[in-house]
Amino acid sequence: MKFSENWLRELVDIPAGRDELVERLTMSGLEVEGVEVLGAALDGVLVGEIIAAEKHPDADKLRVCRVDIGRGEPLQIVCGAPNARVGLKAPLATVGTRVGEITIKAAKLRGVASNGMLCSGRELGFDADADGLFELAADAVVGRPLAEAMGFPDAAIELGLTPNRPDCLGMHGLAREVAAEFGSRPKIPRISEVAAALADTLAVELAAPVDCPRYCGRLIRGLDARAATPQWLKDRLRRAGIRPISVLVDIANYVMIETGQPMHAFDAQSLAGPLVVRRASRGEALKLLDERTVALDEEFLVIADGRKAVALAGIMGGHETRVTDATVDVFLEAAHFAPACISGRARRLGLHTDASHRFERGVDAELPRQAIERATALLLGIAGGKAGPLTEALAAEHLPKRVEVTLRRERLRRILGHEVADAEVARILDSLGMQVAESAQGWMATPPSARFDIAIEEDLIEEVARIHGYSRIPVQAPRGEITPAALPENRVAAHRIREQLASRGYSEAICYAFVEAELLRTWGLHDAPIALANPLSAEMAVMRTSLLPGLVAALDGNRKRQQPRVRLFEVGRSYHAGEAAPIEVERVAAVALGDASAEQWAEPRRKLDFFDIKGDLVSMLALTGADAGEFRFLPGGPGWLHPGRAATVWRGDRAVGWVGQLDPRLQRALDLDDDVYVFELELDGASRRSVPSAEPVSRFPSLRRDIAVVLSDDIPYADIAAAIRAAVGERLVDLMLFDRYAGPNLGNGVRSLAMGLILQDRSRTLTDQDADQCVDLAVSALATGYNAKLRG
Amino acid sequence: MMDSLSSRIDAALQAIASAATLEALDAERVAVVGKSGFVTEQLKQLGRLPAEERKAAGERINVAKNTVLEAIAARRNALDEAAFEARLANDRVDVTLPGRRTERANLHPVTRAMERICEIFARLGYDRVDGPEIEDDWHNFEALNFAPDHPARTMHDTFWFADGRLLRTHTSPVQIRSMSGRTPPIRIIAPGKVYRSDSDQTHSPMFHQVEGLLIDETSSFADLKGTLAAFIRAFFERDFEMRLRPSFFPFTEPSAEMDIGWSAEDGSTRWLEVLGCGMVHPNVLRNCGIDPERYSGFAFGLGVDRFAMLRYGVEDLRAFFENDLRFLRQFA
Repeated sequence: MKFSENWLRELVDIPAGRDELVERLTMSGLEVEGVEVLGAALDGVLVGEIIAAEKHPDADKLRVCRVDIGRGEPLQIVCGAPNARVGLKAPLATVGTRVGEITIKAAKLRGVASNGMLCSGRELGFDADADGLFELAADAVVGRPLAEAMGFPDAAIELGLTPNRPDCLGMHGLAREVAAEFGSRPKIPRISEVAAALADTLAVELAAPVDCPRYCGRLIRGLDARAATPQWLKDRLRRAGIRPISVLVDIANYVMIETGQPMHAFDAQSLAGPLVVRRASRGEALKLLDERTVALDEEFLVIADGRKAVALAGIMGGHETRVTDATVDVFLEAAHFAPACISGRARRLGLHTDASHRFERGVDAELPRQAIERATALLLGIAGGKAGPLTEALAAEHLPKRVEVTLRRERLRRILGHEVADAEVARILDSLGMQVAESAQGWMATPPSARFDIAIEEDLIEEVARIHGYSRIPVQAPRGEITPAALPENRVAAHRIREQLASRGYSEAICYAFVEAELLRTWGLHDAPIALANPLSAEMAVMRTSLLPGLVAALDGNRKRQQPRVRLFEVGRSYHAGEAAPIEVERVAAVALGDASAEQWAEPRRKLDFFDIKGDLVSMLALTGADAGEFRFLPGGPGWLHPGRAATVWRGDRAVGWVGQLDPRLQRALDLDDDVYVFELELDGASRRSVPSAEPVSRFPSLRRDIAVVLSDDIPYADIAAAIRAAVGERLVDLMLFDRYAGPNLGNGVRSLAMGLILQDRSRTLTDQDADQCVDLAVSALATGYNAKLRG
Repeated sequence: MMDSLSSRIDAALQAIASAATLEALDAERVAVVGKSGFVTEQLKQLGRLPAEERKAAGERINVAKNTVLEAIAARRNALDEAAFEARLANDRVDVTLPGRRTERANLHPVTRAMERICEIFARLGYDRVDGPEIEDDWHNFEALNFAPDHPARTMHDTFWFADGRLLRTHTSPVQIRSMSGRTPPIRIIAPGKVYRSDSDQTHSPMFHQVEGLLIDETSSFADLKGTLAAFIRAFFERDFEMRLRPSFFPFTEPSAEMDIGWSAEDGSTRWLEVLGCGMVHPNVLRNCGIDPERYSGFAFGLGVDRFAMLRYGVEDLRAFFENDLRFLRQFA
């Protein structure tokens, strides 16, 4: 809602300047989003009338005008505006006046003297997108200072109204609200009835009385649709953000801004017989004012004449029955449409109009009659014509009811945590136009018909708090009981996982949860992703089924920004179609590219390899305190990983993720010319842990025995380690691989693995014989299971 | 003979004191107590002395021998010490060379702000809870008192799925999920991603919110103000002027937006809207099976990204989602 400050001040005494007004509006819940100061610097700009306009002798697009400014000789002005014509009244900046950044001087334009400047609305700073000279009304007094003629100084104030306050979408409602805020009385002029000069009426039937319980109308015949809209009315419209169009449209808009009641004017001669307000039928078509034809259904309410729908109720009029310059007879409409039958309908058609905006929020059902009377009076005064009687079709039982709402003193105090004096409560409710009765416990208040947002006690509490001032409510700490929930220790907190990866050099990234469908296909992630019905763009069309495509794209972005070594991780969700509901899986993923470590003098440069990223992953898994062997890395992974450099990470009998190098074909498809290593795990699988249960440490020393075995290089180390663990049993407290060797002296397809066994017993000191026995167990298990030989 | 011993000892002691190397020192030792050293020789000749002189002479020779051996030991220590000092003097590194680099990275600024927010509320007794991002209409709108087609829904530009589900537009649905089936007192905080179909310098289609909710038998609007004031002070480590402005959310009544008086570096102050809040609407409590006559409470929802921008001086919201290392590395 945008409005002229001066207009508001006409309707209510505001004992405050502009800054305070703006502050108080905002603090009472009507947030001021913008203040456009108008006419601050118009000294020296006068109303001028062009009395002659001739072509410039040396310039096709310039005209030499003579402009009357009400005193002295008319001024000669050279002007390039296409609408400069004899008879036009327009602002004239006299010599010496400052307009915007320039000071007007007497000058010669292409050899012709020009003593001032005819101005556009843009040049004067009050109509930013106006081309050509600002056209003043024919009744503007020549020679008068423009500021005076236009009611300057003024300001156009824009409110960002919340949807619960449609009552402030009209000047009268706004004035009532401001009066309540300032404790003054609104001065809303009484709208008087216009006596009928004709007997003509147009019957209206309410075929959907729940949707439209009141429809007021009036025929006006013989008016001049070409009559000029007066300057003051145009100015108010412009300051409300509405462009003047023609007198009929302007008046309908003006009455809407003034009263809050949307109106419509039909060309009466284009209507065939009586009107009916009904639901549309499925497939019914209507060509709207904006010349679009829409297909309707039973959800929409229409105004129809004897033949077909002529307007989309509460949203937009029809094209065929619109008023034009040639209109002579009009039928004015002001009706009450229930929010429930308008809400969402305009949006479904891609429309949003001043009318639909108001009706879907709720318009005072008592306004239609006043609006018709007001519009009639304005029309007759400006465009002439003769009015028929105002007619009203009414289904009173369906008008919105305002019920009495109870406000308990004790409840008010409890909810606010603050005592508001009884007299103040009563004053506030009364100032908001409520009918208030006191009761033993507090008050009973019936809201005015304009308020659709007051139905329960809390609504009244808000009204009291709002006008009383939120700032007067104290600031205090809650005193209630604190009952902390159990703090689960069986998961490693995501935060610790983040910190761990960061400490290993991975920067945390946050990627969009939606990605391009094509990207998932490139990765071969074929399980159908969940698609958005209304994506912002194709790049954000489907929900990711893995964090990696986004992370690798982020990695690539950094590589292209000259980052040779990139490590990123993300903790976030992937989204999958599920039987009953979509499944969201919390995941942790990391990607790495470039050298194994940052380039430095003390370490040789080396390319990142599988065991770097696996080491990073294992350092993260170590947070769970899981026993050796609980996480198993089995060869092979999904198709987007390198077949020989991929592992599936198992925990117990569940695969919880993958680690490896991207498949070279995928790297090529993604234009990555360097190897990329990645891992992705389900956070649940990666973070589960058990609460530690302490055992006494062994008091006996441990022994170390090293063995080196030669065996086929097909045999995964994990199997070998598992075999040794199984063979030695509890006494093996640690097993470490300290060397791996393959070479021609060993033969093809075999490798040597050197391992250290740390042996310890809980109940006694191990002897050399015990240790030898353990080694024998290990070696013979490997010999039988894997044909391993001890290396000499 | 004795005179010659003492003069030889004196000479040996001098030679020992001036021995510059271990080799020279050893040569001196050999000359004194070696197989044919003069002390050894004298001891060999003891037998030729008359018996009554033998004991005294032996003692003298031994004393002299010990004196020399002690001097040799002392000198050896001194030479060792000097040699060690000399080695140490050469054993040095350029301590200004960089240490071995294992690069440490850092958390995302939004995570950082989010953890900070959650930690502050954890101290106030709020438990952290979570909810789905793909929501249904009931939890995201209806249970929060947004009637179907209510204009308030247009304030939430919603991403929809074909089955009528949606990406949650706020973290408020977690209120519904946390209150349903629970008995107050309830204090929860729900951080997470939210989505609106909007994108420009100040809007991202995906952003982060933290929802807070407190329900008990005594809470009031004054408590809400107190809680938010305490939070703002804790988060920014500064006192700000604060104001609550009446606003509208279908799920709170009364509702408010909170502004803080943000002071810029040039000393100017402007009001910045930082969060929405209010007393939980009785319909919402009822939708969750909580008796609004007995219990009341407040809720608030704040934009984490906005708090991160203010806290860390980030100007463009989109920078949070570009994942540019040059940006991310600033938040160590």
